[in-house]
Amino acid sequence: MTDPNTTLSPLELETHDKTYLDANELVINMGPQHPATHGVLRVILRLDGEKVLGLECVIGYLHRGVEKIGEHRTYTMFNPYVDRMDYVAAVSNGLGYCETVEKLLNVEAPPRAQYVRVILTELNRIASHQLWLGTHALDIGAITPLFYTFRDREEILKIYEKYCGARLTTHAFRIGGLQYETYTGFEKEVTNFLNFFRPKIDEYEELLTTNRIWVERTKNVGTISAEDCIALGVTGPVLRASGVKWDLRKAQPYANYKNFDFEIPIGENGDTYDRYLVRMAEMRQSVRIIQQAVDALPVGPIMAKVPKVMKPAAGEIYHSIEAPKGELGYFIVSDGSTQPYRLRVRPPSFVNLQALDVMCRGQLVADVIAVIGTLDIVLGEVDR
Amino acid sequence: MHEIIQYVESYLTSEQTPGAAGNMFWALVYIMLVFGGLSVAVIAMNWLERKILAHMQVRLGPMRVGPHGLLQPIADAIKLLLKEDIMPAEADGLVFWMAPLIVVLAAFTVFVVVPFGPTHAITDMNIGILFMLGVSSLSVLGIVMAGWASNSHYPLIGALRSSAQMVSYEVAMGLAVVSAILMTSLNKDGTGTLSMIGIVQAQLAQHEWFIFKFFPLGLVAFFIFAVAMVAETNRAPFDLAEAESELTAGFHTEYSGFRWSLFFLAEYSAMIAVSSIAVTLWLGGWLRPFPNMLSGSPWDQIFSMFPGVTFLFFAAICFFNTVRMPKHPLFRIQTIGLAGFGVVLALIGLVLFVPDVSVRIQDIFWFSAKVAGFMYLYIWYRGTFPRYRFDQLMQMGWKVLLPMGLGVLILTASVALLQQKIWHP
Repeated sequence: MTDPNTTLSPLELETHDKTYLDANELVINMGPQHPATHGVLRVILRLDGEKVLGLECVIGYLHRGVEKIGEHRTYTMFNPYVDRMDYVAAVSNGLGYCETVEKLLNVEAPPRAQYVRVILTELNRIASHQLWLGTHALDIGAITPLFYTFRDREEILKIYEKYCGARLTTHAFRIGGLQYETYTGFEKEVTNFLNFFRPKIDEYEELLTTNRIWVERTKNVGTISAEDCIALGVTGPVLRASGVKWDLRKAQPYANYKNFDFEIPIGENGDTYDRYLVRMAEMRQSVRIIQQAVDALPVGPIMAKVPKVMKPAAGEIYHSIEAPKGELGYFIVSDGSTQPYRLRVRPPSFVNLQALDVMCRGQLVADVIAVIGTLDIVLGEVDR
Repeated sequence: MHEIIQYVESYLTSEQTPGAAGNMFWALVYIMLVFGGLSVAVIAMNWLERKILAHMQVRLGPMRVGPHGLLQPIADAIKLLLKEDIMPAEADGLVFWMAPLIVVLAAFTVFVVVPFGPTHAITDMNIGILFMLGVSSLSVLGIVMAGWASNSHYPLIGALRSSAQMVSYEVAMGLAVVSAILMTSLNKDGTGTLSMIGIVQAQLAQHEWFIFKFFPLGLVAFFIFAVAMVAETNRAPFDLAEAESELTAGFHTEYSGFRWSLFFLAEYSAMIAVSSIAVTLWLGGWLRPFPNMLSGSPWDQIFSMFPGVTFLFFAAICFFNTVRMPKHPLFRIQTIGLAGFGVVLALIGLVLFVPDVSVRIQDIFWFSAKVAGFMYLYIWYRGTFPRYRFDQLMQMGWKVLLPMGLGVLILTASVALLQQKIWHP
């Protein structure tokens, strides 16, 4: 087993072929219980010293069969389940699901509901990016940003809690609009948060952006080209950092995103540092969008006319939104009954995780940690 | 009996360290004092690190065990002692058992020559600084043994990283130390010294701390040492050996309970040890600050009050927080405890104002205060910096610090030669 380009996968090497104990190669099992694999991801690393020759992800430790559950619940009953996939961006999941079913039913949520949805979803994007920043920095060894981001994320969660009673698995939206009218002072609280949060982004950047060690640890680490991204189906900030201007909010505007003025930040090199910069810029853009939405929040009904028992006509639909981590798509096949015949989720984390091998080859072990962090995966979404 | 008392008393008039004077009794007493003080310092450091780091990170840190978590380190120590002693089935028993002992031994033995004052050291070796560097680098052996004996991948990688790191930074560290030792030979009599006490006395004789000597050469050498010593002790941002997010806990992943606490103890006492070297070589050891500008007996008087004032200041903080304690019956014991702690500190402070005491305690105070400054820096680094990657760390050691160290050494030697031969022949 001296040939480093062996065709056997690391998993096979570990389980079947005992000759891997050659002096040149070391097979290390990282996870599923490991502080930096963001949950229960298991990565089998094939190392030459500290250099990564290849790796293989083993997933499924958090599989709960969400898609199968969907086939046995009515459309309304399944709504809370989607929150449990990407639990740090539950609101985005809900938005994607509700919009998909609305499309299937040919219903459109009223304008006020659309605006509130945009506000909550963009707040969720900020919250998700904050969690990413904190854990990513922690993985690279900067322990302080975590506490700063969590302190500020708390303010977003407070708004959620006041709006719908839950902080993480919010179940904020209903098919056809919203269940709850916003509470008194909602606009003011959101505006207050925006004013509070704008300087906080600068604070995060002050800690990291020009920090020499941070730059050295992230520049030219986990580089992935735009072609590779597209070939692997990678979406979201990872794709944009490689220089592809693809954001579903602009490319295929859903909800009422076409009403808002914002930019799509892109990177150049597709390395970890660019992905960091792109996400930081995205937080600023989200603030911009929320500000516009709060200023233009119309009055009116919050719920469209939806049948009590939903029986969409037989057919199929695919609808996707730009979740904080990338393209989140729902594919629903309806057979005309109250339950979907088949429900399939296209989670961004699952697809993006494919790129891990490409990004880590030839890098060091420490970079694998940085790359897992920068991919911003949530295992609840990968395994569903 | 009489002879024993005579033997004990005979040292009291001595101007030497007990080791140098050959008095075994007082040497033993000093050993007890130093190691007792060291253990207390590690406990205090544990609490301070958690508190300071917590306040840097907008949290409170330990608050429950004792007032403001003051008893937390003791609770932790008891927990660690009571834990089951686990040895992995596949481990190499003897090596696994010996590794923490070697690390602790190396970390504690160096304190034999640390000079807390002109006479306040266990002994004064004429090769003091070499002894410190040599013995402290022995801890690499223990770390490699721990990593190897655990018979597991992560500890092995951690141990290899750690040993490579310590060995390569020792080179730069050594060069910086040599340039400081070179400065000791600029005394009037022209002979240099390796003795820790001698190095401080050289700074006293030359009326200049070596950090300011040949500005900026002394400063650069000090900077090299200050960076290398963080790497040498495996602390953030060079804590690759125990990079939590990469290697779980590095070389001591498989250790638990008391054995683990020995590694912990060794890490902190090693930090104190290298800080002591830095203080001795560049910051004037036990000498008080501003000896040149603010000299004369009134200033001596004022500076001799510092130890007492410091303790009174700590006591004042305690009293201030006693007043701020929640006025609830549940907090009564904690409030009383905090007030009691403040009273103890205040009493110590008052005792330190007694002239006889303050004269004798000053040296130790200034030395400890300078070391405490370094300890704060360690915590500050940890709260601020991300972690270096292994290759970047090596690059930093070999490509930046080593050439810098060589350059400083050559320049220091040249300037010293010029000074001796040309300016002051």
